[in-house]
Amino acid sequence: MTTYYTNEHEWISVDGDVGTVGITAFAAGKLGDVVFVELPDAGKAVKKDADMAVVESVKAASDVYAPVTGEVVEGNAAIVDDPAKVNADPEGAGWFVKIKLADKGQLTGLMDKASYEAFCAAQ
Amino acid sequence: MSEVSNAPLKKTPLHALHTRLDARMAEFGGYDMPIQYAEGIMAEHNWTRAHAGLFDVSHMGPSFLSLPQLGGGDEAHRKIASIVEKLVASDIAGLAPGKVQLTVLLNENGGIIDDLMIGRPPRDDQQGGLYIVVNAGTKENDFAIIAKAAGADAELHRADDRALIALQGPDAEAVIADIFPQAVGLTFMTFKQIKGTPFGDIIATRCGYTGEDGFEMLIPAEHADAFANRLLEDHRVKPIGLGARDSLRLEGGMCLYGHDIDASKTPVAASLAWMISKPRRERGDFPGAGRILRELKEGVPSKRVGIRPLGRAPAREGTEIQNLEGETVGVITSGGFGPTVNGPVAQGYVDTSYSKAGTPLKLIVRGKALEAEVATLPFVPAKYKR
Repeated sequence: MTTYYTNEHEWISVDGDVGTVGITAFAAGKLGDVVFVELPDAGKAVKKDADMAVVESVKAASDVYAPVTGEVVEGNAAIVDDPAKVNADPEGAGWFVKIKLADKGQLTGLMDKASYEAFCAAQ
Repeated sequence: MSEVSNAPLKKTPLHALHTRLDARMAEFGGYDMPIQYAEGIMAEHNWTRAHAGLFDVSHMGPSFLSLPQLGGGDEAHRKIASIVEKLVASDIAGLAPGKVQLTVLLNENGGIIDDLMIGRPPRDDQQGGLYIVVNAGTKENDFAIIAKAAGADAELHRADDRALIALQGPDAEAVIADIFPQAVGLTFMTFKQIKGTPFGDIIATRCGYTGEDGFEMLIPAEHADAFANRLLEDHRVKPIGLGARDSLRLEGGMCLYGHDIDASKTPVAASLAWMISKPRRERGDFPGAGRILRELKEGVPSKRVGIRPLGRAPAREGTEIQNLEGETVGVITSGGFGPTVNGPVAQGYVDTSYSKAGTPLKLIVRGKALEAEVATLPFVPAKYKR
């Protein structure tokens, strides 16, 4: 299983042709306390770099972008019920959706962990 | 009210403290201000409701309007009051000594130029002076308007080079009792000067903008850091940023200038008609009196109300409000998540026929119509010390 990162601070962890997607710890820290999450329904088609979910902190609403094109297999109901899970474990239990990838070739354009850490350090 | 400017951000006397406390800083009202500290908005909000929060509000505009000669009792007070009564509809002449009044500056159409506090000093030898505190983003214009109204009869002394520090929450009184015991006798919306404290000559006002009991203290800049540190040594006190200040004031049902009120709104539309005092209504001698008195009698087409989204999704400023038939009947002017309410809260303007508490409405959030209803303000009951 390999994890990739976007410059919009999403991560995608790929197992076979399904990727689990969430927001990074860096993004969760910047947002602050998450109070609301809106996820796409299973079966929804998502497009790389287009908004697919919404995350709201006390102060503001932010879009979450799809790191790849594909179809939503499952949304994480646990973070809808308890949005604080996103802050508690953003790169684990606080995942957003699982996406069936349409084109695994899109992954090559994303960052690996070392590149993403360097990217955040430069922010 | 956002203005694009290349001018460097101004700093309050507590700026170095915010940096030491590793605050997340952002521009507000032309100042570099702390939005939150390490624990975050939710924890800061809840701490203020449970204990005591320290807020740097030095970006605001404290000032003194004074006759050339202070003293002279009620007559001097009436004279200075007559100057500001040209700008507001409250009964400033009728303020008791030591009282502070929340009111609004009005333009000639009855539109709200700013909300502000006006205080009448408690002591005889201070009569003929007023303590006036205006908002940060509007203060240059406000001060110009007040100075113009004063003309040669009175002088406006700005005090916005000092620190204005608020301590808010149920433990505020006990914390202040150890530092300024003379302030504890103050009741809600009263103030006094306290001379010769370890932090210089200060002014303490029993007021705030959170719905909690508390104090706002005007402190000489050179003592600000030491005073803030003295407060923070107390285990009941934590620093609170503007993020939590906003969620606290929203739950408290109070207006944020430039959002919930502005020059396009009258006090009647803003549900602030209580600021138009009876003697002033009878005299009709305030700016925009023709329109405001007509609105008091005949009503307004739309007015400010509390709005409670019934789901979990917050409705932010600018959100369209519809009736159940899908017609636009208003707009959200401030909205977010209320940590004490543990749900979304908002304020907005709706057509008056939809302004009654409990009226069902729809909020259009990201293209979806979410259920909501008109709510009584405040969302969290005030705990002022009367």
